[in-house]
Amino acid sequence: MNISDIQASKTAEISIPVDASDLPPPIKPDAEQETLRARLESFNFFYADGTQAIKNVDMPILDRKVTAIIGPSGCGKSTLLRSLNRMHDLYPGNRYEGRIILEPEGENLIGPAANPVLVRLRIGMVFQKPNPFPKSIYENVAAGLRVRGVKNRTVIDETVESALRRAAVWDETKDKLHGSAYDLSGGQQQRLCIARALASNPEILLLDEPTSALDPIATAKIEDLVQELSKSVTIVIVTHNMQQAARISHRTAFMYLGDLIEFGETDQIFKAPRHPRTENYITGRYG
Amino acid sequence: MTVTTEGNLGTPAKTGKTAFKAERAAKRKDLIFAVGGLVVMAIAMTLLLTLIGDLVIRGLARVDYDFLTNFPSRKAARAGILSAWVGSLLVMLVTAFLAIPVGVAAGLYLEEYAKKGKLANIIEINVANLAGVPSIIYGLLALGLFVYGMNLGKTVLVAGMTLALLILPIIIVSTREAVRSIPRIIKEGAYGLGADQWQVMWNYIIPAARPGILTGAIVGLSRAIGETAPIITIGALTFIAFLPPPPVTGEFPFISFEWLNAPFTVLPIQMFNWVSRPQADFHTNAAAAGVVLMMLTLSLNGIAIWIRFRLRKAHRN
Repeated sequence: MNISDIQASKTAEISIPVDASDLPPPIKPDAEQETLRARLESFNFFYADGTQAIKNVDMPILDRKVTAIIGPSGCGKSTLLRSLNRMHDLYPGNRYEGRIILEPEGENLIGPAANPVLVRLRIGMVFQKPNPFPKSIYENVAAGLRVRGVKNRTVIDETVESALRRAAVWDETKDKLHGSAYDLSGGQQQRLCIARALASNPEILLLDEPTSALDPIATAKIEDLVQELSKSVTIVIVTHNMQQAARISHRTAFMYLGDLIEFGETDQIFKAPRHPRTENYITGRYG
Repeated sequence: MTVTTEGNLGTPAKTGKTAFKAERAAKRKDLIFAVGGLVVMAIAMTLLLTLIGDLVIRGLARVDYDFLTNFPSRKAARAGILSAWVGSLLVMLVTAFLAIPVGVAAGLYLEEYAKKGKLANIIEINVANLAGVPSIIYGLLALGLFVYGMNLGKTVLVAGMTLALLILPIIIVSTREAVRSIPRIIKEGAYGLGADQWQVMWNYIIPAARPGILTGAIVGLSRAIGETAPIITIGALTFIAFLPPPPVTGEFPFISFEWLNAPFTVLPIQMFNWVSRPQADFHTNAAAAGVVLMMLTLSLNGIAIWIRFRLRKAHRN
């Protein structure tokens, strides 16, 4: 499959704005019905200076579920997240090893044939600090469509509205769509960034500590939003905040110094951790 | 337990008498530095204001409509700067047209595309050094290369090309600075949407860097407009009593580039010419031309500040 094919298929796909209500009903939370969206196999990551930030991680990412990655600072959780959409490719000398398989196609995102730009077209990302572009609210949400070459005004209008609605920021922005995104509050900006990522209908949405720069009320809104979105999109979230992981995720991965110490159902991780390190961390003994 | 830190922005923390002494010594040092700085600044400002004041007092009265619309003349009272300011304007036009696109492209390439390595370092050092090369060297280069080597003659085009070379490093360096100052999270946000390098550069980096790029371009142009040495070196005429052919003509195709090949003079050269005459009246003319030149430079800088202010407001973060 070459670049133009994938871009064409992306364009075709997003030319039909998808609203949460249009999607097939979420899969029942029965363990048997869970489908795999992606999996990491013997995944290693090395920074340009040679330090190994991720050590031999195997981990599944379930379809339309929230997977939380927790762990103390420097444990590699953000590094892992940023590997999923090849952000490390922006800086020279970094190295991936192993496989990150995107299901159901079985495509290896870090294989020699994978193009980082195409990976990022399929896997959206929201960053730690709200980073709206210095443009209008409308143009921020439309940015992903413009990148994909969508020109049709009606399609863009509709997608912008549905993305803002899905990100629960439509009511606050509908009257000032053409005003600067910088006039929004931090929490609104972050939801705008989520809308921006949703507008291009990502297969997986990566959230890198999305609430660490926000106040408790804005944080609560984002958490509600993440739970709502998980009905329609696969989410991987990195968080410093254990309560947050416990509240909003279905699966939790605990990382420590680049190792994946424990992975399991969130309830199990927080109520009956199997590994002593996990227990120490969630009971606040370090981290 | 020992604590070692490097760099201490406050006064050293001590107790009792030593603390008092240390604090007083630190305050004294601050005071000496502040007074010293003030004196140096006052000297610089006085010199500058004296120069400007002298020029304005001697020349301002001479600046009138006739002065701006007359050609140079052997009679000081009838001499004007028409050919000089038109020449300056046309040369600036060529310079801007050549230096800005090339300089901005080079800056963007070096910052965003070039592989960081030995070659990039060599280029970086060279660009920085080029900014410090005396302007007459550029004049000599242009004389050898453009005037004789390429046989282009002593024309508006050659002057524009020479000054473009001269200000290229300024534009390259300021473009790179502007690109470097764009927050990483903005770039990562754009890449995170799946934008490729070209889209990121075109839709995110260039708009965000525009204030810095424009400022650099205008600072470069205001340097070029005052340059004399390289223009004299390539052989600009000092006495021109005609204008270059107009760029718009009455006949098809209505646009003419003949003016590029016209001989020319520029304001600093006109000034230089008048200053070297023995008659005092011509010195007044020189001062008046100086006032015009200075006003041009100041208004260019004013535009630069205004653009920066406007775009910063639009791009405020």
